[in-house]
Amino acid sequence: MTIRPAAPPRTEGLRRFVRAYLRMPTGIAGLVVLIAFVGLALSAPLFIGANDLDVTKVNGPTLAAPSAHYPLGTDQPGRSVLLLVIWGSRTSLAIGVVATVLTMVVGATIGMVAGHYGGLIGRGLMHLTDWFIALPGLPLAISLAAVLGQGATSITIAIAVTSWTGTARLVRAQTLAVEARPFVERARALGARNIQIMLRQVLPNVMPLILVSSTLTVAGAILSETTLTFLGLGDPTDVSWGSMLNQAFNQGAVTGGAWWYLIPPGVAIVIVVLGFTLTGRAVETILNPRMARKS
Amino acid sequence: MSAVDPVTVEAAGEVTSSDRRGREERSDFGTYLIGKIVSAAVSFLFTLIIGFTIFSIMPSDPVSALTRGRPTSAAQIAELKKQLGIGKPVWQRFFEFVHRTLTGDLGYSYQYHATVSSLIGSRIWPTLLLTGSSTVISIVIGLWLGIRSGWRHGSLLDRLSSGVSLTLWSVPTFWLGLILLVVFSVGFGPIPSIFPAGGMSSPDFGGGAAGHVVDVARHLVLPCLTLVLVVFAQYVTIMRSSIIDELGSPYLLTARAKGLRDDDVRRKHAVPNALLPTVTIIFLQIGGLVGGAITVETVYSWPGLGYLTYNALRIPDLQLLEGTFIIFSASIIVMNLLADLLYRFLDPRVRAT
Amino acid sequence: MLLEVEDLSVSYRTGRDSVRAVRGISFQIGAGGTLAFAGESGSGKSTVALSLLRLLPASATMTGTVRFRGESLLDVNWEMVRAVRWAGASIVFQGAMSALNPVRTIGQQIREPILLHERVGERAARIRTAELLDAVGVSEGRAGSYPHELSGGQRQRVMIAMALACRPNLVIADEPTTALDVIVQAQILNLLTDLVRDTQIGMIMISHDLSVLAETCDRMAIMYAGRIIETGPSRDMIRRPLHPYTRALAQAFPRIGDPGSRLAPAGLAGDPPDLRQDIDGCAFAPRCDVSFGDCTTHPIELWPSGERRESACLRALPDFANRLPDPAAVAEDAS
Repeated sequence: MTIRPAAPPRTEGLRRFVRAYLRMPTGIAGLVVLIAFVGLALSAPLFIGANDLDVTKVNGPTLAAPSAHYPLGTDQPGRSVLLLVIWGSRTSLAIGVVATVLTMVVGATIGMVAGHYGGLIGRGLMHLTDWFIALPGLPLAISLAAVLGQGATSITIAIAVTSWTGTARLVRAQTLAVEARPFVERARALGARNIQIMLRQVLPNVMPLILVSSTLTVAGAILSETTLTFLGLGDPTDVSWGSMLNQAFNQGAVTGGAWWYLIPPGVAIVIVVLGFTLTGRAVETILNPRMARKS
Repeated sequence: MSAVDPVTVEAAGEVTSSDRRGREERSDFGTYLIGKIVSAAVSFLFTLIIGFTIFSIMPSDPVSALTRGRPTSAAQIAELKKQLGIGKPVWQRFFEFVHRTLTGDLGYSYQYHATVSSLIGSRIWPTLLLTGSSTVISIVIGLWLGIRSGWRHGSLLDRLSSGVSLTLWSVPTFWLGLILLVVFSVGFGPIPSIFPAGGMSSPDFGGGAAGHVVDVARHLVLPCLTLVLVVFAQYVTIMRSSIIDELGSPYLLTARAKGLRDDDVRRKHAVPNALLPTVTIIFLQIGGLVGGAITVETVYSWPGLGYLTYNALRIPDLQLLEGTFIIFSASIIVMNLLADLLYRFLDPRVRAT
Repeated sequence: MLLEVEDLSVSYRTGRDSVRAVRGISFQIGAGGTLAFAGESGSGKSTVALSLLRLLPASATMTGTVRFRGESLLDVNWEMVRAVRWAGASIVFQGAMSALNPVRTIGQQIREPILLHERVGERAARIRTAELLDAVGVSEGRAGSYPHELSGGQRQRVMIAMALACRPNLVIADEPTTALDVIVQAQILNLLTDLVRDTQIGMIMISHDLSVLAETCDRMAIMYAGRIIETGPSRDMIRRPLHPYTRALAQAFPRIGDPGSRLAPAGLAGDPPDLRQDIDGCAFAPRCDVSFGDCTTHPIELWPSGERRESACLRALPDFANRLPDPAAVAEDAS
């Protein structure tokens, strides 16, 4: 016999949510930005080819200032900066999303287990989480990525290892709250096993929280990814915002005054991160009215 | 006129003598302190475990990692293997690692041809100078702005400062550093080159000791500004949030009813209460400053621990990297410990428990 | 006349609505006089108290007249208002835990208004603090304690001491004994009455507990839905309530020593009216067990109903009997 927690019809809740969201201008702005960037990133291969990216194939002027043909100028090998920025979004979004998924899975699992099982396991996991929080974020990420070797995988793993603790704490608190409710006690009394309780009762109630927090996590992940790539830990052949800025730094675009190469990637990062943050905050405000008081 | 009813006398009797209370407080604090120190030690041990795992267990061939690109004789390789303890059981290597670390031996950097501890020792002061000055400035600006924003929450100032805070959080630290470098150091358009482009001092500055101070200060401006811009927004948010939490409290109404001006109600009543959680969180956040210091020092070639870390990435110089990792971890743990002690010291309610 | 209030109204803006919490009340109190305000939550009694010293939030608007020692408080600048606060009239708040600043000692909090309003130094302020604590029965040594280190009764005493710090002419006590147990409650009330009597301070006391008010105040005003619906000498009002609401309130609190009162039905059916709306006629009519047709249409005022008594009920009018429809219709209305 399956025990289903009582819940209002899904569509009604969703419609209310959408209506509330449409009333928040910052949330809408954030969402528009997100959709634009994801759209551009996914559709980039349609209008950007090897001719634009391969340094051996391009034939534009070296480090030229913006012009009609190259709206954002060119880089050292002569590639259009505008196309590079658009292409670069793919790496950041990909790593950001994958790292976030990893963070959510690890964090939520640890959080749920810690919240569900009290006693030694629960306390042990909480201590583990606390110790991890005490670890310095960037040095840990740098160390991991350095040891694992340059590349997207190392960066993704490094980000996940340094970010899971926030989710774990959140999920644990929510698990405790959910398990205190009567329907969970009923399920237990009727003999539901631990896994069943966690997957069927706790998880559905924890999911909204996880989804909200994931939007904000992606924002942080993108910032981390660009930083790690800038420091030289990314794939050197890959075009990404971090690597563009790394090249700007190491190859003299800074001292050479090539501002068109320096500004666009950074502006792109700010806009995308803002997009995720505004969206995440808007959702959070709707789901948690207490936050609304403060904003 | 005094109400002399028996219950009053009884109430007076239930007061513990302040002498006894003082003694109780001191012994409680002692227990608290020891507990926190033990907890910090365990935390540090954990960071050592993580460090060991990352640097000694994970690399598939630590010897070649250390000597990458450098010609080494077989004898040197054998010596290295002995040093790194390859072939010994894991737990033994770990104990030796802990012992070495606690006695100050953090390894050797083949890149710099110096011991890691000496390298760290020579780089600590610049990092302290940079992070210290930016933290102080950020806290001052952050608290001031946070208090005003929170007190008049919803006002134009509040919304502006929230918007600015949010945007600054979204800006990557290293990029902000690069921009400021270009604008103020290299010069952009009409703006001339005002500040030096990097490093901590210029060899040709002259002026003796006083001149040296000015020179360092000149070099400190841009990196410090970068760090402040990125970090102060966090403090604004925390302080603002704490003030808003206090806004509805009844004791503020009492203060107003006494005839205090709005500014005094804020300064003398709301702020002291709001500062308590703020101070703790600020100390806990200082750990995050470490990350910012690494990128800022890199951009400005500021010769501190962060720049050292960046240079360690190049080979990668694993022992040096490990050393900086341990130092950064230790400083965070110390900061957290100070935060706990400070909170207990400041909050009279916690002091008595 | 120490305090004269005429046609005071207060409304709050909440979102798009305007809540009219106080709807035109008038009262007076002389030096040494004691006036009680009684009513359930939402009747507007606390709002009245705060409005006298203009302590309402910015979203509130006040109209009417409030004259303290002959001077209007409603149309003077804030400097004047702040000067009157505490030194002219002070407030003893309820729930003394959060009404005291948790991170300041009680000594500091008592000294604060003294140093603010009187030109004395720190030493003189400390001496006065010790006197005040003594007067309320708290040991002087506790001046260095923090609020959380005191019991509920002690904190309430400290609130009283603090309220007397600047020798005000008027003390407003807002639910001073709610959340205290019965024995401590009795002590606090005795303390208040003694202090007020000995110093000729005027007192306004606010509570939902009629018996408490009757013990401490000479006169009482009952509030309902933002209006005063009955006033008079407190004991007389409780013994012989004229307004149906007063009767219900009086019966809700059994009096110690009067066993019969415990058998009376407690609690009133229904809810107080929505204060965002206009109310025609008597606001209490929907819940009143003796209401009739005219109650919801006839404009209601406080009418004289006996010696020093007033009641806002049609039944108080001398020509009341003429207003009643025939008995059959009354029976129909009442059912």
